[in-house]
Amino acid sequence: MISDAARKTYIPTIGIECHVQLKTRTKLFAAVGNDARDAAPNTLISHICLGMPGALPVLNKKAVEYAIRVAFGFNTTPQKYSYFERKHYFYPDLPKGYQISQLSKPIIVGGTVSFELGGGIQKTIRINRVQLEEDAGKNTHPAGEDYSLVDLNRAGTPLLEVVSEPDIHSASEAKAYAHELWLLMRYADVSDADMYHGNMRFDVNVSVSKDPNELGLRTETKNINSFRAVEKAAEYEINRQIELIEKGQRIVQETRGWDDAKQKTFSQRSKEEAHDYRYMPDPDIPPIILDNDLVQTVRKSMPVLPIEWRQRLASLDLDALVIETLIDAQAEVPEANYLPFIETSLVDAPFAKFVVNHIVNTIDPMRRENGQVANTWDTYLKEIYNLQQNGKLSSTNTKALIVTLLSSGAQPQELEKYAEEQGFIQVSDEKEIARIVAEVISTNPRAAEDVKNGEMKAIGFLVGQVMKLSMGKANPGLAQEQIKKHLNS
Amino acid sequence: MSRWLSIADIAEKVQSGELKATAMVEQAFKSIEQCQKYDAIIATIPERAKRRAQELDGRIALGEQTGRLSGVPFIAKDNFLTFGSETTAASNILRGFEAPYQSTVIERLEAEGAICVAKANLDAFAHGGSTENSDFMVTKNPHDASRVPGGSSGGSAAAVMLDMAPFALGTDTGGSIRLPASFTGAVGLKPTYGLVSRSGVVAMASSTDVVGPLARTVEDAALVLDVISGRDLLDGTTVNRDPEPYTNLDRATVSEFKIGIIKEYMGEGVDHDVREQIQSTVEALQKAGADIQELSLPSLDLALAAYYIIVPAEISSNLSRYDGQRYGFSHPDATNLDQSYNWSRSEGFGREAKRRIMIGTYVLSSGYYDAYYKKAQQLRTKLIEEFNKAFKSVDFLVGPIAPMTAFKIGENTNDPLKMYLADAMTVGVSLAGLPAISVPVGLDRNSLPVGMQLIGQQRTDRKLFSLAKEIERLVK
Repeated sequence: MISDAARKTYIPTIGIECHVQLKTRTKLFAAVGNDARDAAPNTLISHICLGMPGALPVLNKKAVEYAIRVAFGFNTTPQKYSYFERKHYFYPDLPKGYQISQLSKPIIVGGTVSFELGGGIQKTIRINRVQLEEDAGKNTHPAGEDYSLVDLNRAGTPLLEVVSEPDIHSASEAKAYAHELWLLMRYADVSDADMYHGNMRFDVNVSVSKDPNELGLRTETKNINSFRAVEKAAEYEINRQIELIEKGQRIVQETRGWDDAKQKTFSQRSKEEAHDYRYMPDPDIPPIILDNDLVQTVRKSMPVLPIEWRQRLASLDLDALVIETLIDAQAEVPEANYLPFIETSLVDAPFAKFVVNHIVNTIDPMRRENGQVANTWDTYLKEIYNLQQNGKLSSTNTKALIVTLLSSGAQPQELEKYAEEQGFIQVSDEKEIARIVAEVISTNPRAAEDVKNGEMKAIGFLVGQVMKLSMGKANPGLAQEQIKKHLNS
Repeated sequence: MSRWLSIADIAEKVQSGELKATAMVEQAFKSIEQCQKYDAIIATIPERAKRRAQELDGRIALGEQTGRLSGVPFIAKDNFLTFGSETTAASNILRGFEAPYQSTVIERLEAEGAICVAKANLDAFAHGGSTENSDFMVTKNPHDASRVPGGSSGGSAAAVMLDMAPFALGTDTGGSIRLPASFTGAVGLKPTYGLVSRSGVVAMASSTDVVGPLARTVEDAALVLDVISGRDLLDGTTVNRDPEPYTNLDRATVSEFKIGIIKEYMGEGVDHDVREQIQSTVEALQKAGADIQELSLPSLDLALAAYYIIVPAEISSNLSRYDGQRYGFSHPDATNLDQSYNWSRSEGFGREAKRRIMIGTYVLSSGYYDAYYKKAQQLRTKLIEEFNKAFKSVDFLVGPIAPMTAFKIGENTNDPLKMYLADAMTVGVSLAGLPAISVPVGLDRNSLPVGMQLIGQQRTDRKLFSLAKEIERLVK
């Protein structure tokens, strides 16, 4: 075994390539539906996707617009001039015998991605380049059969390949970076970024070295489709490489795969290693020369991105974890508009905090359970808040009221009346509480005696009994006051 | 064999009911039948053509307008995807391929009432200058059946000169319309790159491929261009057409033309008779008042070398899709994927296609890209600059189409380099994307046609037709 101290002498260096499927209505070069998630095989295809003779690619402008958005998301501007190139290889999921991609002049060069690492540490990863390209189809190999099946629905789906600089130095940073990319794609509204359907796939390049100025030999673990697997694969590779070096063995520069069941990377050592892709500019597609007006129009229509939301929420002095929960929730259900609602509440900070609290602890957990958020989630929040402020709702009942409202779908005209009917309004009538307190004290003489003798712990018990007897409706503050008053008199 | 009326006349008479579309189609099939020995035609489209002709006649009887090419039969080179027949590009690997969609050009012609009656022979995948590289048969020159018709649109040119149809469609990547036009005496236009859609045309080299007409007269060719040209949503490289009809040819007079003779195209190696015919035409133009000067474009001497790097590179890429997996020939004995790829392609492609795939693959390989492909592209840029400079002092450049007239079948087949020399005077224009036309200007000592090449600036196709028409008049 290698000691932790020995491990710590190594510096891991990680670079990540991420393929993001863009959610354009049609494919990158063909007027064919692009959402293949629930489509039967080979139903979203045309002569272009099939690589028929005479079929020509015609660039989808929306994909270019999305790339421009991503450029702004990466704190940079898109390249004024870029062009497509052909990458040649033979494979059944690649009907033309080449993939249309970018090499020499990609649409985005440079840029950065910044994110919180926890503990107030901010990390910035530089982006090397982002290229616009088409996806390939999908091969499946039915077990035990002597044939393979090809589904070309995905062939021609627009992809952005985001290539980071090797600025990542731990498995947890790798995961955080991958997650931040996901957030960016969701907020920029350019991809469904549905991990389950492979809308984002990561290739993780890992090397280790003792010398900060010299990189070790790297391996590339391809086609990872969850943040956790990015972290685990990076961790596995770091450890595997350190162990090899410590044992005096060599690291092989190779392509590896990730086995999620075994939580291990494995060598793929494909023939592809010696591949010469014979890149050449694609003569069928004129270069992309970006019009300044278009770039400015896209810039003006940019949605607010995570990094800016974090700044906007800073005034509430929230826990970093709470902010990230909100940022994630907004990414998952942008249509709920959690963050914009919070933003309009910022003028009243206590109310805003109330809203944050209930999104994080009540409303969004319900959404995760039900799969969707009630569209009335924000309708009554201000009134509910006011009822709580006026002592009419206990914190427990506040939550219960929200849950009841949202799960029943009720839309009462008068909320207070509804809350009363549902039994959530707490009793603040002093006479009524005094009556209950008297009853509780008479049935619990020992506890009452303890309180009299200064054992204040017992008062909690008595308040609890009052709440029980009032079926949760008593205002606990008032109850405590009444108990003290009763026993001191 | 009987001559056709002009395209405009046929359409007018069919529209007026004086002629029947069905009769036009019948006449075409009769001529095709009579001239079978020339091997110009790969496949006929009898059912679809007759049905379309009947429909047209029916619609006309009801008083409908059926278009500017009503009832005009035409023949398409077999690299245009068409309904009603196979589309093979004269290659074994595409034998049996039935197109699931039609070329934009065919659609546009049909929309104006034209009827495609047959598919013409070509050098397989348009690789060649003689139509001898067809995987199926060698087309014969209508003037002398022992000679080639030129290529690669040799079947189309021969078909027109054999009166099988009033016009035919060709493609020109490095001279494939102009050379057979010159060798057979047809008028052949290679339009400005991008003026006509390539969608649905089996690609040879995407950066120089163009679609154009072969016809008997300039007027007919101009009418066809007028119908097929202009932007196409299915081809991102297409450009807007001239707003003025390409058939408006009578504006200019010869005395307004400044014409440059390309020095590099009139020197050693050009057949005496060819040079003579070109020179006497130039003199006739001069007499008619044209301003004639001699111009030099030094990079033209290297154009052939650059062309035979860039074009094979694109060919090797464009032919990748013929892998035996989805359509066309798939080797029946292959038992795994690699075998299927290797055997289907080895047997499906002919010698010339394989030669070009090998050259193209080589020049794109890492380590060679800069030395070949990149250098060739630099030369191409330089050539374009030289053309631009020349067009500052003249309206047109002229010269022969080829250094020779139609050669004997088999004469050059064992020497690919000698064969490539037939392209020497046409490839420069292709690399620069310029419009050029071949007009017949006379005959050589063997009574074989000599074509003159007229070259214009990009998108001056209409002006080019004007000059061509003047020459047509002068040499009559």
